[in-house]
Amino acid sequence: MAKRFSIRQQTGFTTIACACFFLLYLPIAVLVIFAFNESSSVSDWGGFSLRWFVAAWSNQQVVDASWRSLKIASSAAIIATIAATMAALATTRTRTYRGLTFKYAFINQPLMVPEIVTGVALLIFFAQIKIASGYNGLGYLIAAHTAFCIPFAYLPIRARLENMDLTLERAAADLYATPWKAFRRVTLPLLWPGIIAGLMLAFVISLDDVVITEFVKSGGQDTLPTYMLGQIRRGITPEVNAISTVFLLLSVVIVTLFFFLSRKRD
Amino acid sequence: MPDTPGKNAIEVRGVRKVFGTGEAQVAALDTVSVSIRENEFFTLLGPSGCGKTTLLRLIAGFDFPSEGEILLYGSDIAPLPPFKRPVNTVFQSYALFPHMTVAENIGFGLEMLGKPRAEIDARVAEMLKLVRMEKLAKRRTSQISGGQQQRVALARALAPQPKVLLLDEPLSALDYKLRKEMQIELKRLQHETGITFIFVTHDQEEALTMSDRIAVMSSGKILQVGSAREIYDRPAVRFVADFIGETNFLDASIDSIDGGKAKVTLKSGATISATVADGFKPDGDATVVIRPEHAKAVKGKGDISGLVENVVYFGTDTHVHVRLDDGEAFTVRQQNTRGAMVEFERGERVGIVLGDDAAQILKD
Repeated sequence: MAKRFSIRQQTGFTTIACACFFLLYLPIAVLVIFAFNESSSVSDWGGFSLRWFVAAWSNQQVVDASWRSLKIASSAAIIATIAATMAALATTRTRTYRGLTFKYAFINQPLMVPEIVTGVALLIFFAQIKIASGYNGLGYLIAAHTAFCIPFAYLPIRARLENMDLTLERAAADLYATPWKAFRRVTLPLLWPGIIAGLMLAFVISLDDVVITEFVKSGGQDTLPTYMLGQIRRGITPEVNAISTVFLLLSVVIVTLFFFLSRKRD
Repeated sequence: MPDTPGKNAIEVRGVRKVFGTGEAQVAALDTVSVSIRENEFFTLLGPSGCGKTTLLRLIAGFDFPSEGEILLYGSDIAPLPPFKRPVNTVFQSYALFPHMTVAENIGFGLEMLGKPRAEIDARVAEMLKLVRMEKLAKRRTSQISGGQQQRVALARALAPQPKVLLLDEPLSALDYKLRKEMQIELKRLQHETGITFIFVTHDQEEALTMSDRIAVMSSGKILQVGSAREIYDRPAVRFVADFIGETNFLDASIDSIDGGKAKVTLKSGATISATVADGFKPDGDATVVIRPEHAKAVKGKGDISGLVENVVYFGTDTHVHVRLDDGEAFTVRQQNTRGAMVEFERGERVGIVLGDDAAQILKD
C-alpha cells in the first residue's frame, strides 16, 4: 500500500516552519527581554531591572491611556456582544431565505472593508456631529469600536447556535415553556460559552486598535496603543517595552480563557 | 368495536400536510382521519417517509396542518403552539437538557407550568421512582447511559401528567436487549399511569407486541387501523399484508360472497373459503393472502401443489419454500417438535393444505 502523503516529510518543511516561528516569536521575545533592561536603550543590554515597569506605572499619561483603553474596550465589547447575539439569533433561528447570505456579509462587513476607509469615513462623519452637537467625549470612540467589534463577537456566537441541537428548544416548548422562557432557560445557558468567547474576542480586538482610533479620537483621548505610537515618534525607551509586555500578558490571558471557554461542553 | 366519540383522546379529521410550493409540492399527509381512544397504546407504523412522524409533529404542535382538524377531547388544538397543548413528547434523540441534572430535567415541565416547589419536588421523586432512577437524580444527563437517558426522557414527559404522550421512535437508539426491556417498561408505564400513548415506529414486531391498536401508514395515508391481531390476520390491502410478517399472495376468482365470508377458486382449481376485507368490491377476481404458518405441507395431494425449492431450519420452526405448479412461490412454516416429523427434501413434490380460516381476500 502506498504511504499517505505527508506534508511533514517534504524537504524544507521543518526549515520553513522554524523560520516562521522565529519571525513571529523572536521579536516578541526580544521586546519582552528588553523591557527588563537597566539602561535606557532598547538594543544594548545593561543588566536586569524593573525600573521601566515602575516608570510606566508612575507615568500619569500611561495610566490615563490605559484606563481609557479599558473603558472603551469593555463598553464596546459589551454593546457589540449584545448586538452580535441578537444578530446571530436572528440569522440562525429562521428559515433560510433569499438574501440571508447577503445579510451575513452585511454583518461581517467590518472584516472586509479596509480599516483606513472606515477610519476616514468616521472622521468626516463624526466631525459634523461634533460641530452640530458640541459633544466631544469618548462616545465616538466607543461607537466606532462597537461597530468593528460586532463581527468578532458574532462569529463564535453564530457557530455555537448552529451547532446547538434544535430539538432542545422544541422539547422546552413541548414542556410548556413559552418562547421567551425557552430562550432564557435552554438556549441562553447553552449559548453562554459562545457569548463569553465573543465578548473576549471583541475586547481584545478593541484594546488593540490603532488605525480607527487614531482617526476618530479627539485631543487628549489617547488610548494605550495610540499613546505608544506617539512615544515611539519621539524616541524610544524600554518603557514602551514594559507597557507592551503587560499588554501581551493581558492578551494571552484573555485568549487562553477564550480558548478554554469555546472548548467547554462541546 | 365502534368508536364512541366521547371516549376519544385524539381525533384527527381530514388532515393534510403539504410541504413546499408549486411544482415541488409534496403531500406528507394526504387527508388522514383517525380516532385514538382514551388510555390506549396506539401505534403509527410504517416505513420511513410514510408520514407517521409528520402526524406526530402535528399532534405535538411542532408543525401545523395545511387542512383539517386535530381534536383533543373534543376541542381543536391544531392551531395552538406546543406550549399550550397538554401533550408531551419523548424524542427519538431524547433531547435532554445537557445543562441540567436528571431531577431538573424531569421537573422542567412542572416548573414551566408554575407549580409550587414542594409539588414539583414530590412529583419528581415519584417519577424517579416510577422509572427506577432515584439514585441518579443529581447526575448530569451526559453522565448516564443511553438506556438511563431514555428513562429520564420518559419521566420528563410523564411528569406534567399530559393527556396524551407522544413517542417518536424512542427505542431505535437502543441495542436489542435494552430495547426488549424498554418495550416491557413502556407497557408497564402506560398501564400504571393510564395515559394515552401514541407510539411511532417502523418496527413491525415492536408494533405487534406493544400496541392495543395499530395504524399502518404508507405514502401519507393510513391504510388500516386495528388490533395487532386484526392487522396480522386480516390485512385489508397488499401493502399491509406485505409490510407485516411474511405472506403468500395467490390469485383467485370469487365464486360467492356471503357477509364477511367468500368461496374462491384458486388457479389450481381448488376451492377454499376466505374472509373478506371490509370495503372489498367484487368484480370476479381477487388476491388472497395466506400466512406461512396457516398452511401445511403434506406428502400427497393438497389444495395446491408444487416442488420443494428449499428447506430452512429455524429452531422453533422450519420454512419450506415451494414453487407452485403455476410458477408462483409459496412458503409454509411448520412448527418443529422433537418427536417424529414429516421431513421434506429439495425437488420433492408436495401438496399444501390450506386451513378453513387461513385465507383473507384483499381489498386491492
